[in-house]
Amino acid sequence: MGQLIDAIVYAIPFLMSGLGMTLLVSLIVVALSLVIGVALGVGLIYGPLPLRWLIRLLTDCIRGIPILVLLFAVYYGLPPLGLNLSSFWAAILALTLFKTAQVIEYTRGAVSSIPRGQMEAAKSIGLIFTQRLRYVIFPQAVRRFLPPWLNGVTDAVKGSALVSLLGVVDLMQAINQVIGRTYEPMPLYILGALIYFAINYSLSSMSKVLERRYAYIKE
Amino acid sequence: MAVTPLLKIARLTKSFGTNQVLKSVDLDVDAGEVVTVVGPSGGGKTTLLRCVNFLEAYDGGSIKIDGREVGYVDNAGGRKRGEVDLAAMRAETGMVFQSFNLFPHLTAEQNVMLGLRQVRKKPLKEAQDIARHWLDRVGLSHKTKSLPSELSGGQQQRVGIARAVAMDPKILLLDEITSALDPELVNEVLDVVRQLANDGMTMLIVTHEIAFARDASHRIVFIADGVVSAQGTPENLMAEVAGNERLRNFLARFRSLKDPA
Repeated sequence: MGQLIDAIVYAIPFLMSGLGMTLLVSLIVVALSLVIGVALGVGLIYGPLPLRWLIRLLTDCIRGIPILVLLFAVYYGLPPLGLNLSSFWAAILALTLFKTAQVIEYTRGAVSSIPRGQMEAAKSIGLIFTQRLRYVIFPQAVRRFLPPWLNGVTDAVKGSALVSLLGVVDLMQAINQVIGRTYEPMPLYILGALIYFAINYSLSSMSKVLERRYAYIKE
Repeated sequence: MAVTPLLKIARLTKSFGTNQVLKSVDLDVDAGEVVTVVGPSGGGKTTLLRCVNFLEAYDGGSIKIDGREVGYVDNAGGRKRGEVDLAAMRAETGMVFQSFNLFPHLTAEQNVMLGLRQVRKKPLKEAQDIARHWLDRVGLSHKTKSLPSELSGGQQQRVGIARAVAMDPKILLLDEITSALDPELVNEVLDVVRQLANDGMTMLIVTHEIAFARDASHRIVFIADGVVSAQGTPENLMAEVAGNERLRNFLARFRSLKDPA
């Protein structure tokens, strides 16, 4: 028992620094994919036909590829094309591509659920396109967008464990490194699982609060 | 009579795919005039109205408001106006919808204020005053803070009217605004429209309320099969019934509804 405590105490600083990396990767991926995904999602609905095809092609391709393949393709496949990314940025790029494809779909679903008459009413009072989105469409679409997106955020945190495969020292990789030194796999994996759980549980609790906040909008 | 009509529609055509809904519509509306469009379903009434504020892009002919072509820079089918120009033109034509289309996330007052703030660039206080004035005019001064979901259909439609007229449009387009209402709520909405007519608001109205059309409008236009089949003052049009079979059949339906033999 004392040995176990020792192992955990020894592990904590490594795990905390790994946790920092996990959170950093997740945060960047979630933020980038949100901005790009919403923009492309709007393009998918309202853009000119060629743009819509392009976005549709992009999302369908990305969604059809396992995230692991995407990760290795970016890390090992891009250097021969002259694009040398560090393992950190390769991981960010791959995860962001994957996440963006999802956000595009959430956006499309949420925005296209708003009745056509809303856009028409917004046009009829003279709002320009960006105003129509900002004041009429988005405030209503957010209610439909949030539940899947917030689920996706916890997926992003869990999915970020894959970056350990590129040698990025995130929580997962830190756990592996400590196990390599202490030969105590089970307690450390349990500890790691608890940390992941703690993050994601707080995220999904927050998401319930947010969803309630927007529940007042009725059609 | 005014020298040029406020709204001038000439040889207007519009197709959806192979279905030509408007075949060649000519219609002028003078400032202050209330014109009601009646006719059988599928005859193109609503499409005509939606072309006037360019919710539908028309294919041919011309729609001019105050001498400016609606939606297109020069001619129908040519280059469309830019987003900002188009929005500015739409702000000059108020529209009230059959299904109200209020913004469900905004209160009655905020619904009316949105265009005043973002399009007319009114300061908050002034926008609020205008919104309250119009909500008062439609009899909803006690509902300014209500969300649309908290209002009855008739109340929602009155907010819809307030939202449109608060923008001070040159012409108001009313698209079957009582069709989605329970019968007992129809009159409260039509009363508001009558008041606006008395105030001299220019209106183009699509309706199935024949009695209302007869009482409230200066001119009735009968559209069937994508053309203006008959038009005139309510009295003249009724006189013309004898000579126009489609119009006679159309009106006969209403008569049989009104006083069943």
